[in-house]
Amino acid sequence: MAEDSAYREGELVLATGTIKYLEQGSGTPVVVLHHSWGSPGWLPFHDRLAENHRVVVPDMPGWGGSERPAWARDPRDIAIIMTRVVAGLDLEDVTLVGLGFGGYVAAEFSTMNPSRLASLVLVGAAGLQPGEGDILDQMMLSHRKYIEDSFRDAETYAGYVGEEPPEDVRQLWDLSREMTARVTWKPYMFNRRLEPLLGDMQVPTLIVWGSEDKVVPIECARQFEAAIPNARVEVVDGAGHVVELEEPDALAELVSSVSGA
Amino acid sequence: MFIGHFTERPYQDPNSGYFGATGRSLMDLGMSNASYDPRLGADLYNRYLDERVFAEEMGFDGLMLNEHHSTPFCMGQVMNLEAAILARITNRAKIVLLGNILPIWDDPLFLAEELAEIDMISRGRLVTGWVRGTGRESVAHNAVPPYNWERFQEAHDFIVEAWTKPGPFRWEGEHYHYRYVNPWSRPYQEPHPPIWIPGVMSRNTVAWAAKHRYPYLMLATELQPTLESFQYYDEVAAEAGYEAGTEHRGYLFKVHVDETEELAEEAGRKYVQGPSNPFLEGNQGIVRPFIQNLPGLTQRNNLLPTMRSFAAAASRGRASQHLKDEKKAAPPPPPKDTYVDQTEKLSIISGTPDSVIPKVRHVLETLRPGTIFFWDGDGAMSHDDQMRSLRLMGSDVIPAVREMADELDLKGPFEVDPAGEGEASAAADDAPESPDDPAAQAAD
Repeated sequence: MAEDSAYREGELVLATGTIKYLEQGSGTPVVVLHHSWGSPGWLPFHDRLAENHRVVVPDMPGWGGSERPAWARDPRDIAIIMTRVVAGLDLEDVTLVGLGFGGYVAAEFSTMNPSRLASLVLVGAAGLQPGEGDILDQMMLSHRKYIEDSFRDAETYAGYVGEEPPEDVRQLWDLSREMTARVTWKPYMFNRRLEPLLGDMQVPTLIVWGSEDKVVPIECARQFEAAIPNARVEVVDGAGHVVELEEPDALAELVSSVSGA
Repeated sequence: MFIGHFTERPYQDPNSGYFGATGRSLMDLGMSNASYDPRLGADLYNRYLDERVFAEEMGFDGLMLNEHHSTPFCMGQVMNLEAAILARITNRAKIVLLGNILPIWDDPLFLAEELAEIDMISRGRLVTGWVRGTGRESVAHNAVPPYNWERFQEAHDFIVEAWTKPGPFRWEGEHYHYRYVNPWSRPYQEPHPPIWIPGVMSRNTVAWAAKHRYPYLMLATELQPTLESFQYYDEVAAEAGYEAGTEHRGYLFKVHVDETEELAEEAGRKYVQGPSNPFLEGNQGIVRPFIQNLPGLTQRNNLLPTMRSFAAAASRGRASQHLKDEKKAAPPPPPKDTYVDQTEKLSIISGTPDSVIPKVRHVLETLRPGTIFFWDGDGAMSHDDQMRSLRLMGSDVIPAVREMADELDLKGPFEVDPAGEGEASAAADDAPESPDDPAAQAAD
């Protein structure tokens, strides 16, 4: 469990601000980009990956402990900074895993700096406008309702978050939501300038979706698959939007299938 | 003393199910406009305009308008349009806009042009105020909440410059960009229409107003916090090197007068009935706190320590404020009799002129405002309720209040220039955002 993990906390100083990250393990690197509500810390999913990889879990700039780039207006700005993080940590042959909004950032990343990427894993990724329906709008919901809807059901949510989210979790959500609003209030969670750029991207891509994802419509999995030349889709049966929390072993196994571990 | 009239112009539709003590729930941003009846809307808009004309006849100095979006409690969605009509159909009263919601305007040059036209058509009777808007307004017009305060300040600076600086000029700001600012309309008043700032409890807005020497109007807040806000204004003014006076203090409060105490109570109770502002005490509407407190409306700049883990954090079992907030979303159990409760603390003053006038005097003595607005004809009040009150305002209340104001030396902003002697905004600069101020966004 988390308390027993031997992860270490790291810090990378960039001109755009200091980035905090957690790290553990050795081997080819896996970088995990968190959801819009911020990194909840070191997870069993990370432990599983760290068995075979050097796992790096950064707080994206403006989230958690990483400094806010006040000028950032677009997830693409965040993605540019994340390319600097990967370069700054001198990571090569990276498997970049993006969860939800982190998947949006990872997809943007892949369109501009694929040379350090060995593979890309998009998990319930935002970034494309769904052909039908909308991405669930957290700005029109309470924190609790939005996070709860990220899980397959209310019971699973309560199992992770507890009956009442503690103060530090609530603060994380609050701060994260503000940063999310700063970069993707409108259009909410997608960019029409992303899909045209994915067509020349050659990085092998795995698209993972929870079959019960209520946040990003599963149709987006097919849209990513159609847009990215070397991509395949895996659906995790019974998982919601937070596959990494609900099915950490299954997701870690899927990541390993493309990361070469 | 400047005495004005105000109503939020509620959409009173007895057939919608939203109106009255029973029926569908009045949930903020939770009502479809499918049942909106434009013919009823036509009647109501014209009724409210007619009442304003009569209010002017009855001696009011000002007719105050406000603006909200996507809600039945206020039909003023394009307040400037109503103002333009009043500019033409009234003759003497000031048209007081409290206020335009600056951050939701993507093109504030339009605003500068519109307001200049209104000022000209009214031959210089426009008073223009600015607000940040509630979360509802940010949602309805999709303005990015974290930039609300920045946009408020920049739009203000831009509009004042568009009014006062000979064009053409270029504006390359943070949020607004123009290559050719040269509006072919200029305000009738020199250097521009008076600017008043309405608000509730936001310290940074109070400070900003005080630094600009703009009169600050508290919107139907309770007496003690209102007084404290005025005192804070005075402190900021003193720091800025001037002494604030009654001309800098405005107060909006609910006052209805009627022919008998029975009629007054019957009408007064309607303040808390119908589609009146769901933020107000005792109202039937349900507020959703997360909409009022949208991300970044009050900016949080802090960094967070690394999370240990979800499970570890959860195991500490600390109480969460946000759940408490959730609980607030449910309609609170109403006090036994909210109307009586509110009349006792003077949140609502309703009665015959004989009983109302001493209460108004108490308010004036306590707060010493140079500007007041009587908020009337609201909630479920009918046209007849409003007209009876307006008549008695004209015959009894307004003359009595003017006498009182003379006796108490309460001078309004048209008697004493709040900008001082041409040194108006020299001391003004950016007021820092107060991070501990959750009400910052709530300026109505």
